[in-house]
Amino acid sequence: MTATTRDTMTNSTATAASPEARTAAFYELEPHHHPEGASTMLGFWIYLMSDCLIFAMLFAAYGVLGGNFAAGPGPKDLFELPLIAVNTAMLLFSSITYGFAMLVMEKGKVRATQGWLLVTAVFGASFLAIELYEFSHLIHEGAGPWRSGFLTAFFSLVGTHGLHVTFGLIWLFTLVVQLSKKGLTPANQRRLQCLSLFWHFLDVIWIGVFTFVYLMGML
Amino acid sequence: MSDHSNPHAEDHHDDHGAGHGTMRDYVIGFLLSVILTAIPFWLVMTDAIADKATTAIVIMAFAIVQIVVHMIYFLHMNTKSNNGWTVMALIFTIIIVVIALSGSLWVMHHLNTNMMPMPHDMGQLP
Repeated sequence: MTATTRDTMTNSTATAASPEARTAAFYELEPHHHPEGASTMLGFWIYLMSDCLIFAMLFAAYGVLGGNFAAGPGPKDLFELPLIAVNTAMLLFSSITYGFAMLVMEKGKVRATQGWLLVTAVFGASFLAIELYEFSHLIHEGAGPWRSGFLTAFFSLVGTHGLHVTFGLIWLFTLVVQLSKKGLTPANQRRLQCLSLFWHFLDVIWIGVFTFVYLMGML
Repeated sequence: MSDHSNPHAEDHHDDHGAGHGTMRDYVIGFLLSVILTAIPFWLVMTDAIADKATTAIVIMAFAIVQIVVHMIYFLHMNTKSNNGWTVMALIFTIIIVVIALSGSLWVMHHLNTNMMPMPHDMGQLP
């Protein structure tokens, strides 16, 4: 309709209107400009929500299978709460040191950002080391993931979380190298913000793990 | 909108969706998390509450509060970021998680209780 009125207004013949002029009246052909990376944080947030669903399914599996010991060892025979408390502290410390990295990043201090990232990595690696020690201890006692439904669900849930922390650490070291090569460019700041969300998200998942798996298992 | 051509834009305040925390936010969040983690561990390790069901409900309540603390002080959630789309995604995820978790536990519980009682040793069957 708009195209035909425009035709009469410009007093041209119907064939003179180009196909672009007709279609342009119905939808935008010119893409309006989005600043680079404007939607990255929302996209990454939606990824985290999908990751949240993965963990929800693993929690559901643990909730269903958590009581199936197959005459094997139960949580009270296996878990050591002081070790888990240390582990939780490591992850909590790594969360606040990552927060400090974000604060110095906003001030544009590259060296300090790298420093806090490496402190975060030390806490993250300690968390992983303690978890691997716990896993090897369990497997050494014959309580590996093959022993019972409870242990399968336990290793899947806690192992998936540990795998996320491992990938977070790889990502963290990549960003430390990128920072020394390119500095705090807008792209690198965006990457650091994504990793910040990822890292704090893993701490949120761990709250669920230590409450539902360890603390409730010891009741 | 700040100029992106400057690589060291220090006053880089355009909203990327994630809020920017302050030192105060992180310290408050950290202290609250320490308290909210220490109390459930203490409750379970010392058997402070005799009734196990009560302890379970209390430590679950602490976990939920701590998750909210992390969301606000560490993940800087607010209803305004990305025109509210982050909150919409979060609410949608919470609904799916609640349906999946409660549904799985409910269905499997009923499946277990309504199953015919079975002897543990199948070899003893005639």
